Amino acid sequence: MTDHTVRAYDRELDMLGRRIAEMGGIAEQMLSEAMDALSNLDAGLGRKVVATDARLDALQREIENDAILTIARRQPLAVDLRECIAAIRVSGDLERVGDLAKNIAKRAVKIAAEARLPRAIVGIKSMHEFAALQLKDVLDAYAQRDIERARAVWARDVELDALDDSVFRDLLTFMMEDPRNITFCTHLLFCSKNIERIGDHTTNIAETTIYLVTGEAPQMERPKGVTDKVGGP
Amino acid sequence: MTAMSAQASGVPANSVTAAPPVDAARRSVKIDVRNVDFYYGQHRALKNISLPLHTNEVTAFIGPSGCGKSTLLRILNRMYDLYPGQRATGEVLLDGENTLRPGLDLNLLRSKVGMVFQKPTPFPMSIYENIAFGIRLYEKPSKSELDGRVEQALRGAALWEEVKDKLSQSGLGLSGGQQQRLCIARTVAIQPEVILFDEPCSALDPISTAKVEELIDELSEKYTIAIVTHNMQQAARVSQYTAFMYLGELIEYGPTNHLFTAPEKKQTQDYITGRFG
Repeated sequence: MTDHTVRAYDRELDMLGRRIAEMGGIAEQMLSEAMDALSNLDAGLGRKVVATDARLDALQREIENDAILTIARRQPLAVDLRECIAAIRVSGDLERVGDLAKNIAKRAVKIAAEARLPRAIVGIKSMHEFAALQLKDVLDAYAQRDIERARAVWARDVELDALDDSVFRDLLTFMMEDPRNITFCTHLLFCSKNIERIGDHTTNIAETTIYLVTGEAPQMERPKGVTDKVGGP
Repeated sequence: MTAMSAQASGVPANSVTAAPPVDAARRSVKIDVRNVDFYYGQHRALKNISLPLHTNEVTAFIGPSGCGKSTLLRILNRMYDLYPGQRATGEVLLDGENTLRPGLDLNLLRSKVGMVFQKPTPFPMSIYENIAFGIRLYEKPSKSELDGRVEQALRGAALWEEVKDKLSQSGLGLSGGQQQRLCIARTVAIQPEVILFDEPCSALDPISTAKVEELIDELSEKYTIAIVTHNMQQAARVSQYTAFMYLGELIEYGPTNHLFTAPEKKQTQDYITGRFG
């Protein structure tokens, strides 16, 4: 895109983009490490993830402050205004992704001592692989302003919901098999829910990317999971 | 001048069509600019401009200096007629009647289409006379009637409370913002149908600017308004429709909310985001 006549304006918007990229990198890493902590029942790694979250929170505040300052200082219009609004929204979603990863890490710390039933984690690992790929894709789509890629991420979220559904059923089975599994599996149930929510934030970022590029929110109805789990399968 | 509003919207009076939507009156066209070209001598300053000014709505004209937006405004009340060598072609339909046709009563046109300029231009006379002068050009009201009209105009321009005790003092003694509102009162006093604002706030401080913007908002309930402004945020604040012009051409015209958030044309986007040139 053509540069602004006032070059400091370009620098401010560049800086917003760079901070979002940094947040994205941290959120991705937190998610991946939280999953490693869970799979390997590594309490140390879990605590490291919990500590990282502060950096993500600080970055979100910086992005919000900078976007607000740019709005006050430059009164941005059209794509520039959307850029500021999108930065505020995406940083909020990434901050939530961080919180959810942190929650998985906390649970990893908690269940590390009472490890049982490694096969119960397999399904969550698949969910994580899928969610991590989606997150990476949407961050690339945002950075490159690629709406086709954003739409594809958006449409694929339904698959994550389906995975979540099947993990839910598996965990219930394990709990019914042996009540001693209940505590462990309940923690895993929350972990799978967290990953499913990370998918929702990823979808939000995809929508924001489409809004940023086109000026319009997607009109399509959000893809929904196969079954509504509320109230049991 | 006869009102032919049916023609203004391009619908023949006897055509069989579905009933217009309820808010059609609000969105009806007051002035329809059709294929207008304008020449300063040999120089073609406007190129085939067509756009509507909707009744009781504010239409803003934006664009870099020299893009033709003030020229277009001056066509709407044929201000250019005062200068030899300037001519417009095409049609400007005011309630369906072409105001560019030769032989039109220009005084009548200008009483219907009033104008407020960039610099406040009070006459060197009392505040009262600044208003009464214009009214007497068109009518012969009695003294008490005239007093009422002056007060009404000053109230309409949100200036009455500030000047009611000094109506006999010179208009030139008022502050810049008050002078501009006096000029608006003078325009309103002759009960026009359309008001043209040519950068009305460019010489005013932010508080006076806010007062004029508030006034434009109120006036749009009664009048159809066109405003030329260099302040993009002002256009975004006060108007319902915006036209972006560049080098004598109309690049984009549409609802203000859309044009300032997601413009269709790259040139519009570059201009409103400060990426021009």
